[in-house]
Amino acid sequence: MTLSEYKYNDIIHRCFRCGYCKFPTDWDDVTNCPSYARYRMESFSSGGRLWLIRAWVNGDIQWSEHLTKIIYSCTSCKNCVEKCPHTFSDDLVNMVVAAKTELIKIGKIPKPVKDFLENTQLYGNPYGISAKKRADWMEDLDIPAYNGHDYLYYVGCDGSFDPRAQKAARATARLLMSAGVSFGILGTDEISDGNEVDMLGEDGLLEYLAQKNIQKFSKLGVKNIITLSPHSYNVFKNKYPDFGGQYQVYHYTQILAGLIKNGKLKVPDTSGISITFHDPCFLGRWNKEYDAPRKIIQSFKGMTFNEMARNRKGALCCGGGAGNFYTDFLGGSDESPARIRIREAVDTRADVLAVACPNCLMMLEDAAASEGSEIIVKDISEIFFPE
Amino acid sequence: MSSILNKLIAVVGEDYASNRQEELFTYSKDLGTAPPQWPEYVVAPKTDKEIQKIVLLANEEKVPIVPLGGGMTLAGLALPLKGGIIIDLKRLDKIIEVNPESRYMVVEAGISNGKVTAHLHNHYPRLMHSEPGAPPAATIGGNLAIHGQGDLAHPYGFNSDMVNGMEVILPTGEMIQLGSCAVGSGWYSMQPLPDLKFFSGWNGTTGIITKVSLKLFPNKKFRDNDLFVVENEELVPEILYELTHLGMTEDLISSSAAIPPLMNKLHHISINIAGDYEEEIEFKRHMVFDVALSKFIRSGTGGIGNLAGEWPRPQVSKSSDWKKGGGFEYVGAIIPVSLYPECYRQGARISEQHDIPYTILGRVIGCSHAMMFSWSYAFNRADEETVKHARQALHETDDLVMNLNGTIWKPAVYGQRLMMDRMNKNTLELMGKIKTLLDPNGIMNPGNWEVNR
Repeated sequence: MTLSEYKYNDIIHRCFRCGYCKFPTDWDDVTNCPSYARYRMESFSSGGRLWLIRAWVNGDIQWSEHLTKIIYSCTSCKNCVEKCPHTFSDDLVNMVVAAKTELIKIGKIPKPVKDFLENTQLYGNPYGISAKKRADWMEDLDIPAYNGHDYLYYVGCDGSFDPRAQKAARATARLLMSAGVSFGILGTDEISDGNEVDMLGEDGLLEYLAQKNIQKFSKLGVKNIITLSPHSYNVFKNKYPDFGGQYQVYHYTQILAGLIKNGKLKVPDTSGISITFHDPCFLGRWNKEYDAPRKIIQSFKGMTFNEMARNRKGALCCGGGAGNFYTDFLGGSDESPARIRIREAVDTRADVLAVACPNCLMMLEDAAASEGSEIIVKDISEIFFPE
Repeated sequence: MSSILNKLIAVVGEDYASNRQEELFTYSKDLGTAPPQWPEYVVAPKTDKEIQKIVLLANEEKVPIVPLGGGMTLAGLALPLKGGIIIDLKRLDKIIEVNPESRYMVVEAGISNGKVTAHLHNHYPRLMHSEPGAPPAATIGGNLAIHGQGDLAHPYGFNSDMVNGMEVILPTGEMIQLGSCAVGSGWYSMQPLPDLKFFSGWNGTTGIITKVSLKLFPNKKFRDNDLFVVENEELVPEILYELTHLGMTEDLISSSAAIPPLMNKLHHISINIAGDYEEEIEFKRHMVFDVALSKFIRSGTGGIGNLAGEWPRPQVSKSSDWKKGGGFEYVGAIIPVSLYPECYRQGARISEQHDIPYTILGRVIGCSHAMMFSWSYAFNRADEETVKHARQALHETDDLVMNLNGTIWKPAVYGQRLMMDRMNKNTLELMGKIKTLLDPNGIMNPGNWEVNR
């Protein structure tokens, strides 16, 4: 079968498969592409994947379940974009996403991806949980529904439904409240932001979600959005303008860093605690925000901060992006990227691995348990509330 | 599921053995012009013990095995020309020992050059290894298997001269050691016996290199990349002679290319200088330009192109996109430095005939004892006609090398045949005997270097 409509037919052949895309910024190892780190077969490397997509598009190989696994194991972490020396590097992830779109068009996608998309369409979240439960994450917090506040606090699907990520959502809300930030939430009216849907290649569903959200935001007069998740931050900031949604979007770490600087937020005493930090791909490589989380951590009293060997634009992805936290194509091995990342965090001798993304929080905490590691994985917001 | 696949899975685990079309397709392709050659299985072992089991299995089943490093030769040297099992060695990537006082490090052979460089940079900043002129994903073992050469070639020679010891799994499955490690004395020297030369440069046709002791060299604090530019190619050998007589540089490369335009018909001689003190750098720069090259500057035949530039990390893959086509391949030849002008002219001619922007490069090896000269031919992977042109240009260049009395470096099968046709018959016969002795079942990368054909 030849897929003449494949969007990148005119450039996909330009990948030379030279392998720069496997490395982090400092050339530390060939394992900075999360799917290649997991499987160590060239077919799972960024270049190998592009060559396979081209072969499929040209009809040189046939569709197979294994091919879809290879394509969907890309987490859209953008390490390849960062490292590729070629002029078309900006389109490397787009080429994979476009292949996912072609798979959706012919209806031949892996079951977990199908479930993810169906759940998002039917329930507004990938977990398939009733929208009525969307505000349960608040527990006893008294957060008002958005009604002309300075900010909309957009919690996102993970923070709303995943028990571990809910804690981060609550901690962030408590910090905003304690600093006197004027904000409200959508509660049960909130639906998926569409970032993962986009990365899974379902552009129609992204459009649907974006338009629904934009309609809602317009009706409520939302101008400024604080997101818990860098994934939400990314899609609101970079994709929603394509659908007419223009907002001032902040990741919560950017707001907290400002509140600390202005003396509006009391920083915790972390004396005797050593902290390291894992950069989320959708905050770091996608949006070049590396400093805000570090400014917060470095403001903590008595803290010791040690960077992991791979950090900032060279950070290894946790393996959860592009829906992989749900589809789990990279799990099930001690070479799963999240487990590699935990070992790197342990190498810094940190007591706490700080994260700034509910997706990373879920992935890395599970990985720490699998590793039998004593390192504590915490969202930055949670460090303000020592247990 | 085939019984061989089951046996491979039993050795390495399910994730690291495959006979699915996706892996077979991926490993059937080289980055150059070679047509696809399909393996029957792909396996990615983690340990030398696993490799031994795979080799024994291949002997039992009489199935070919092809060891693969970074897959960067471009000449199809790790393609399974007769099918069989591709053994991807990149999971053998441990750093086993670094001995700074004796300036060596022991690594597993599937480790990338990038990882070695990063490890030394982070932990032993006063030490470096010679990184080949290849992307950093190129492996240490793969580079030895092709007699590679890199950024310290001028003072220290080929990368295969920079080895203190090796561990190799023979085609019959036994593991051997070469150098001082073979007598249990550590990994500090390749010489004297048992210094056997049956593995470096044999393109993986005689065994699988699994461990290497790499010589390390002083990594100076300051680095400087200078450029000297001449229009007349005839001057290049003389300039290199002066610079190698001076002996103050770490790498000398002369290159010329149609793209970018500022390199067209000009010869850029890249001069790498290093020193631990600014004064040392300044003095070396003075000696290079004010003494060794002054006559060329004064006569107006040569000029300084750039001073005190950064040492660029090689980004050779950029050549692949000259035609926005994602492909290039080159012929590399070991030639006397005096042949540079003719090699340049003939290369530009061949390129023009095939409508390919010419790209040539010559790296000095040793004290001008030889030069690795390369002619690169870009092609558009999506346009078979340009691939054919590049392939034809490569063959013509192989012929050219032979006609100029050069030696083809890491030749593809076409060039291998030219080399064997020209080779001293007794030498060829000895190579055949060695291969038969080491590989009685003929399973090691068959189709490459078929000396017994």
